[in-house]
Amino acid sequence: MRRKSGVQRSKIETTFRYLLLSFVAFTALVPAYIMFSGSFKSQGEFLNSPFGLPNSLNFGGYQSAWTDNFPHWLTNSFLIVIGAVVLTEILAALAAWGFARFPFKGRETILGIMVSLMVVPPVVLLIPLFQLGVELTLISTLRLVILIYVGLMLPFSIYMLTNFFKSIPESILESASIDGASSWRTFRSIVLPLSGAPLATLAVVNLLWAWNELLLALVFLQNNEKKTLMVGITGFQSRYSLDIPTVMAGMSIATLPLVIAYLFGQRFFIAGLTAGSTKGE
Amino acid sequence: MKLASSKSVAADVNIRQRPTLAGRSSREALFWIAPAALVILFIFGYSVVSVLIQSFRYDGDWVGFENFAIVITDPLFLTALKHNGLLLLAVPVLIVLAFTLAITLFETRAGMRFYRSAIFLPYVLPIPVVAVVFGQIYQLHGALNIFLKSIGLDSLAKDWLGDPQIALGTMSSVIIWKEVGFGVILMLAHIISLPNETYEAARIDGAGFWRTHLSITRPAILNTIIFYGVIEAITMVSWVFNYVYVMSNGLGGPGNATMVSELYIYRSAFQNKAPELAAAAAVFLFIATLVLMIAFFRIQRRSIAGTFNR
Repeated sequence: MRRKSGVQRSKIETTFRYLLLSFVAFTALVPAYIMFSGSFKSQGEFLNSPFGLPNSLNFGGYQSAWTDNFPHWLTNSFLIVIGAVVLTEILAALAAWGFARFPFKGRETILGIMVSLMVVPPVVLLIPLFQLGVELTLISTLRLVILIYVGLMLPFSIYMLTNFFKSIPESILESASIDGASSWRTFRSIVLPLSGAPLATLAVVNLLWAWNELLLALVFLQNNEKKTLMVGITGFQSRYSLDIPTVMAGMSIATLPLVIAYLFGQRFFIAGLTAGSTKGE
Repeated sequence: MKLASSKSVAADVNIRQRPTLAGRSSREALFWIAPAALVILFIFGYSVVSVLIQSFRYDGDWVGFENFAIVITDPLFLTALKHNGLLLLAVPVLIVLAFTLAITLFETRAGMRFYRSAIFLPYVLPIPVVAVVFGQIYQLHGALNIFLKSIGLDSLAKDWLGDPQIALGTMSSVIIWKEVGFGVILMLAHIISLPNETYEAARIDGAGFWRTHLSITRPAILNTIIFYGVIEAITMVSWVFNYVYVMSNGLGGPGNATMVSELYIYRSAFQNKAPELAAAAAVFLFIATLVLMIAFFRIQRRSIAGTFNR
């Protein structure tokens, strides 16, 4: 009812609002359209009419992209994302329970400092971690990248879950401990089952970040067979500079999993991405 | 099950408030937090300390501030810092755009969900993909110039990424395109959560669209606006590598027109094989972000305190 303001909004204003929104929505969508439609075009068609619909569906671009290293890259991306997201979820849930449930001196400060770690530029961490990776011969292994991703995702994840665990009514938890449940059992059989939505939200946010990460993957995965999709397509572009439809097909493949996830889990995306902001008191 | 049967007990437990045993409590907390803390200490603690030590050494020898002196007098590093500074100018643009779109969406009923999804989509797309696609759109004979010519604006057609005068501006337009949706979502979520009465007075006064939102919405969601501003400032200083690397093929060109500090560090370390100089530059960048970190810390601390006291 709030939006039904008593003031009669003039028609002009409404029209103007829709014009603005349509223009912005168009601008937001058109690059994705150019990419996707371009992936079916021929090189000449793409250059001459980037906005038109493809004359015929030409799957050559997808074929070239797929017979390149795409299957490898896609597999690596999946493995890294799944490994890093699952590990982060477990470690963050444990730590967040520790922060939320057990008061100790300096708790707020420690959590505050940890949250601020989100701000540290990854490039600062890059050099020492790379040197260490060389020493331990872990360059071009998925393990090291997963570990680094987990480290980078943990601060936000712990923060978000702590917020949620704090919101679980004390009475539910107290009753469990009266019943003699250990804190581990309380956590497993009461807290976790209540946390489905926040855990899913967190998974989506982390998945988005890990899937899209370029800098670390670029440095740590040098062997072509071990590259992630993002590293792969970055080099892909220059190798196929004379065959834009293939480039666009590659980009479409790299985007598709995300767009599907977005369409189905939009509410988790939105919940997760707004979770970090300060809530009004 | 157990939950249901013990609900009644819970009520009087709350009244009695069991005493907290501080010592035992912090030992338990440590047990839960330790695994994550170890990973964080390794990734952040180890790296930051190592990079600090390395920035004072060369070839294994202690050289004092020499690396810092070399980096800070390197015109390329200064150019890179200047470009990060210029990118910060995109932050107010982002704030104004996001606020305008958020209040417009708020006032819109029919189609609101569609517009919201569309505006948010760019934020979800991978930066490398975005950078490649915009790289094509901004070509001299690319989609944007074809579009401008078709509507008779030939004079506006430019070599968007090839002209060093405008390449950085072009780059920032891509960043704005991608980041604005995040602000819209943040602000819209906050506006929707405001209590109904917020707009009561304005409605009675018959205040118009802009007056209502500038004098009521803006102060009401100010902390969200500040949060978004800080996040975006952080982005411009320490997260632009992906855009620049992909759109300039790793070079920061044309010339050095899009060189930024992250790329400078990356290239010093991995292309010029001078990790000590890269470390010194990384320390400078880290100090610059400390300012932002403190701002961020202060904002978050307030909300963390709120979390624990509710």
